[in-house]
Amino acid sequence: MLTVRAAKQRGTFQLDVCFDSPTPGVAALFGPSGCGKTTLVNLLAGLLRPDRGRVTLDDTVFCDTDLRIDVPTEKRRIGYVFQDARLFPHLHVAANLRFAERRAAHAGRIGFDQVVGMLDLQPLMARRVHQLSGGEKQRVAIGRALLTQPRLLLLDEPLASLDRDRREEVLPYLETLRDQLAIPMVYVSHRFDEVLRLATHIVLMQSGRVAAQGGIGAISLDRRLRAMIDPDAVGAVVDGTVIGREPSGGLLRVRIGSGELQLDAASPPGTTLRVQLLARDIIVATQKPRFLSVRNHLQGIVTAVEDDGASDLISIDVGTRSAGGAGSDGGPSILARITKTATRELELAPAKPVWALVKSVALRGVTSAGSRRE
Amino acid sequence: MIWLSPAESEALRLSLSVAIRSVGISVPAALGVAWILTRRRFLGHTLLDAMVHLPLVLPPVAVGYVLLLLFGARGPLGGWLKSVFGIQLIFTRNGAALATAVMSFPLMVRAIRISLESIDRGLEDAARTLGAGAIDRFINVTLPLMLPGLLAGVITAFSAALGEFGAVITFVSNIPGETRTLPLALYSALQEPGAEHAAARLAVLSVTLGLAGLLVSEWFARRVRRMLGR
Repeated sequence: MLTVRAAKQRGTFQLDVCFDSPTPGVAALFGPSGCGKTTLVNLLAGLLRPDRGRVTLDDTVFCDTDLRIDVPTEKRRIGYVFQDARLFPHLHVAANLRFAERRAAHAGRIGFDQVVGMLDLQPLMARRVHQLSGGEKQRVAIGRALLTQPRLLLLDEPLASLDRDRREEVLPYLETLRDQLAIPMVYVSHRFDEVLRLATHIVLMQSGRVAAQGGIGAISLDRRLRAMIDPDAVGAVVDGTVIGREPSGGLLRVRIGSGELQLDAASPPGTTLRVQLLARDIIVATQKPRFLSVRNHLQGIVTAVEDDGASDLISIDVGTRSAGGAGSDGGPSILARITKTATRELELAPAKPVWALVKSVALRGVTSAGSRRE
Repeated sequence: MIWLSPAESEALRLSLSVAIRSVGISVPAALGVAWILTRRRFLGHTLLDAMVHLPLVLPPVAVGYVLLLLFGARGPLGGWLKSVFGIQLIFTRNGAALATAVMSFPLMVRAIRISLESIDRGLEDAARTLGAGAIDRFINVTLPLMLPGLLAGVITAFSAALGEFGAVITFVSNIPGETRTLPLALYSALQEPGAEHAAARLAVLSVTLGLAGLLVSEWFARRVRRMLGR
């Protein structure tokens, strides 16, 4: 568990945060620019000292202002990937990596060759820093941070300075990192799509405070998140389990709550897939739909109807089939965006059983692998 | 050196030897002072800054005179050095090196300071996160990054040391074989009736030396810049 309580005054900006994130796992710090994400990461790294606070990782205390503990950055063994990479320009790539390796407190489980292989750094080894593209720089910076054998890896918007293609080039490496090395990570981003792919825990930040925190499923439904992202990007993120393949169509059958969706993907049974069901892609019906081209539908119970400007957002619990069993912490919930007229005519209100028709499902990653047979 | 007279080659060798010693003295001191002036804020910051720059605005003869007062046989520092270490500065090439070091000190500090200020402090932070302590960071990150500035400082100070006249002649006098560097030899030749030819030869030698220094420094600077990818 990464536990952070910290207050810091910087000029007129006041940071005052408090969050816990399970380890290992990826905690995403998400929020608009200027909300204090980088300040917070620098506090974790020890590059800034909190006015008051305590930062611990499992049994290790990094900083505690009451106990006057402040472990210096160079002794914390926290890897830090900066937004601007910060590779040493006077050293070539291999020497940048060796710089970290030589200073690692002890030989760890992350080997030099493993890092080079995992991040495909071999072709870059002899290059100078100014001969690298932005994406290559970040890969080297990630490798360099890993070679310190970190107990915690901080990534401060590592993709922010990259264009779309370069981002797509680096993202898979970050996913590999998360899945292969069980290093706790703190990932800072102001892009929700990156957070969706990488995070297991989300800390929403707003003007120096933690607005909300929790697992990605819960946060995807949180109204405070909606204020921060594009209305079209609003939608539930749910984890589904692959149960097999459709015999005729060849689509993958994925269990979501008590229902089932079919999607075009290739994963062995037992795999947990993270899918996003955008609110604008959900159609709500009060009777079991028939004669429709949309094949994916989930049965559920309305748990909330919220006013969201021009339209309404309907929360539907898709984990419990029977009416009356609906509760706030039932199974997974999804969100549907429908017009106010529709809400009125369908008489949508909490506890009403409905069918949610899913026009499209976006696969956002594999969160745990299943058995390798299929 | 076949085409130089023994006296000329002696003056040349002495000039180089004094300049090398002078730079040897001033590099560590200038690094320290530049570091303090760039990275620390303290009471007396402005005063220290002014003191460092004083030799730039004082007549060199005055600097030589102050050194004479401090390091002369009966001066407070001169007497102490003599009794504790047996070192005599006055009338020696080491004294000449000290005088040129003091004169060229502001140039060196300025060059180092500019290069220190231009260093991205973020790289030092990055080194910290990689486990590098303060001395490690200085030697392996800061120093290599400030190399272009340091080199520029060294070469400027070295060239200035080759040409220093007033402070040297006042502090350590004009002794052939010990303190008669090129500019002092040139001065002596000018004082001697009928030595115009010798003076001209020394002047040409000085010009050649200066030009060579500038070319070498340019070549170095280009190499280092390429290495850093600038």
